[in-house]
Amino acid sequence: MTDEPLLRVSALSKFYGSRVGCDNVSFDLWPGEVLAVVGESGSGKTTLLNCLSTRLLPSSGTASYRMRDGQFRELYRMSEAERRFLMRTDWGFVHQNPADGLRMTVSAGANVGERLMAVGDRHYGKIRATAVDWLSRVEIEEDRIDDEPRAFSGGMRQRLQIARNLVTGPRLVFMDEPTGGLDVSVQARLLDLLRGLVTDLGLAAIVVTHDLAVARLLSQRMMVMKDGRVVESGLTDRVLDDPRAPYTQLLVSSILQV
Amino acid sequence: MPTPLVVSDVAKSFTMHLRDGIKLPVVAAVSFSIKAGECTVLGGPSGAGKSSILKMLYGNYAVDEGQIIVSHEGGLIDLANASPRTVLAVRRQTIGYVSQFLRTVPRVSALDVVAEPLVERGEEREVARGKARALLAQLNLPEKLWALPPATFSGGEQQRVNIARGFITEHPILLLDEPTASLDARNRDVVIELIAAKKSAGVALLGIFHDHDVRKAVADRVIDVTAFAPGKLAA
Repeated sequence: MTDEPLLRVSALSKFYGSRVGCDNVSFDLWPGEVLAVVGESGSGKTTLLNCLSTRLLPSSGTASYRMRDGQFRELYRMSEAERRFLMRTDWGFVHQNPADGLRMTVSAGANVGERLMAVGDRHYGKIRATAVDWLSRVEIEEDRIDDEPRAFSGGMRQRLQIARNLVTGPRLVFMDEPTGGLDVSVQARLLDLLRGLVTDLGLAAIVVTHDLAVARLLSQRMMVMKDGRVVESGLTDRVLDDPRAPYTQLLVSSILQV
Repeated sequence: MPTPLVVSDVAKSFTMHLRDGIKLPVVAAVSFSIKAGECTVLGGPSGAGKSSILKMLYGNYAVDEGQIIVSHEGGLIDLANASPRTVLAVRRQTIGYVSQFLRTVPRVSALDVVAEPLVERGEEREVARGKARALLAQLNLPEKLWALPPATFSGGEQQRVNIARGFITEHPILLLDEPTASLDARNRDVVIELIAAKKSAGVALLGIFHDHDVRKAVADRVIDVTAFAPGKLAA
């Protein structure tokens, strides 16, 4: 295990005019760590995720990422082309709505293969074999490889989106409510799959969710956001079992027991 | 005898912000140490703060005041002020914990639940599974259950999975929160044997045991937690 973080975030803020998106957020993320960002709608968690993944530029603050050569690079000073390359190779982004992360009118196999071609793979047979392998890892039958995601159920589409993101062997994956909008039984299967993949591949991930059970299952660390600010952070089980901030106590006490 | 864990002047209270901020003091001035090769038992009635103390030592509860010094990979660490990343490393390498209840993960088999802490420490999965099988057999968990996720197991079966998971590694410190609460006599005896084996291996154990017979069989020392009642501080 390395002693250097993968991502260093310092005093990151994003304002929409006078409205606060996220305010003064700082943290380090190490390889293999899963950080959950929780809070209700409007708490700034998605704004934070979009800033970190450079889909949005922050108003102030810095974020530096340790590239594969070991050098830290300031994300917001990279060229657009460099950022795009990072996005295609070393990072993944799993959207809440699979349609935002997939190409709905090309086949499942092409959705996975496209990311491979983007990093320079050209051998058709190899690409197809890797695609088949990844589809099976996300529990999609091989005979669906030529189907378009339009013909898939919500849970399958989400699993396909995950395969598309992980096929290039990224080191950091951003996830925005990855189980939102799915049936509970489908959620459990997906969470379980994600948990296994994250552990096996040693991925670092930042998972935005409003669901504390998802945070408990997937993450080791947690940040609780309210009104754009981080009100509490720490080990996930510590935050959930001994919440200290008033807002975290409210969130934890609002969970329905089954 | 080495002393791998020293607790000094630890205090803990809960502030209930949803109840007008009332403060519930739990324990204060908690000071003790545990020794390698011994089983120290926390004694006292329910509500005295025994579980809270264990949870603080595992980093599961925050600490208001004081220090928890643990010897970890050749150095000393104050768990009361350690970063989450450090606490995770201490859990992986130094402090093991058998909780009262098993938190199950959907679709993971009992065998893998037990093997997981060893795999996290870098053991080969098949070797870890071999050890998990041996422990589950020793704890008399029927073999037909090993491949199933423990969510639907009975309380006693889940507890045995939990015990096996806690005992499979060679953590130098092991915390036990009522590991025998829902076990029958035969399996209680197995746990007593497992604890004896840990002691001879030089592990420092700290536990809560309501069962009088178990406590008598394993305890080298009993710490009366009522001595740490917050009221005593003012007196």
